[in-house]
Amino acid sequence: MKKIEVIQNVLEANEIIASRNRQLLDKHKVLVVNIMSAPGAGKTSLILETLTRLKDRLNIGVIEGDVASTVDAEKVQSEAKAVVQINTRNMPESCSLMAAMIESALKDMPLNDIDLILIENVGNLICPAEFALGEHKRVVISSLPEGDDKPIKYPLIFVDADAVVINKMDLLPHVDFDIGAFRRSIAGLNPDVEVFELSSKTGEGVEKWCSWILEQTKADATR
Amino acid sequence: MHELGVTENIVNIALTKAGEAQANRIIRINLVVGELSGFVPDCIQFYFDTLSKGTIAQGAMLHFESVPTQLRCRDCSAIFQPQDTMWTCPECRGQSIEIFKGRELYVESMEVE
Repeated sequence: MKKIEVIQNVLEANEIIASRNRQLLDKHKVLVVNIMSAPGAGKTSLILETLTRLKDRLNIGVIEGDVASTVDAEKVQSEAKAVVQINTRNMPESCSLMAAMIESALKDMPLNDIDLILIENVGNLICPAEFALGEHKRVVISSLPEGDDKPIKYPLIFVDADAVVINKMDLLPHVDFDIGAFRRSIAGLNPDVEVFELSSKTGEGVEKWCSWILEQTKADATR
Repeated sequence: MHELGVTENIVNIALTKAGEAQANRIIRINLVVGELSGFVPDCIQFYFDTLSKGTIAQGAMLHFESVPTQLRCRDCSAIFQPQDTMWTCPECRGQSIEIFKGRELYVESMEVE
């Protein structure tokens, strides 16, 4: 019997594909934003709002990840330049998008005609934290009805985020959500993170979010 | 929740390394799993037993070394283990905290013959 030293990251296979995706995207100067949240926090609604406000200025593609159905893809179809639906139900894993799924979705995206791709990840605060997709920016949406303790319960996804969106701000008078406590938890985990307070329903705060997205695409284009 | 894909990777890594070492059988695989990584060892072993059937890894024992979460305070650089879900520095009460250890997931070594 002999012992072999290995020291190999188990997620390396995913990370290799993610960096391949990133190279392809950079070659075509496409900015990719990976949008993650619990189910029902408002990923699709925010994507729709973003499409409505930015579609005249950017060519936007959407990659929709869901365990099943094409409901979300149908919602964004008319506003986006291109939409690819990924159903994870028949994949080895259904709880998160993974780099290989994005690699195959990118084959169906007209990358030469696209400035920005919004990826709607599977609704889940645990698994998507572990899998890089090749994205440039990672965004987490938390909505008021979920409570202000999510960064404490699911720190990893907030640690790696570039931006956090606090959604459903119109519900603030009706729920016990301490914005200050939530912001302090996030700032503790991730001091450089951008935080947006908005409501996709009323449109309040969405403009500021869209400006941030525009800034990122400009920074991306000059890279 | 995503242990199946992870276990496929573990089997692939083990078979590749065993092949390079010209081993006939894999007896034990030593894995290092960080407490924060969210992977469930029992679940990995369950998938492993199925995925390794008919390979030289069949019957191998998986050994999991768990790495406790260690945090570092960005204000005073103290390294500490969180006592509860509130990540507060026990030295300076600071709340700007980074993860020092606990996200690991790697194959450390294997025993083969």
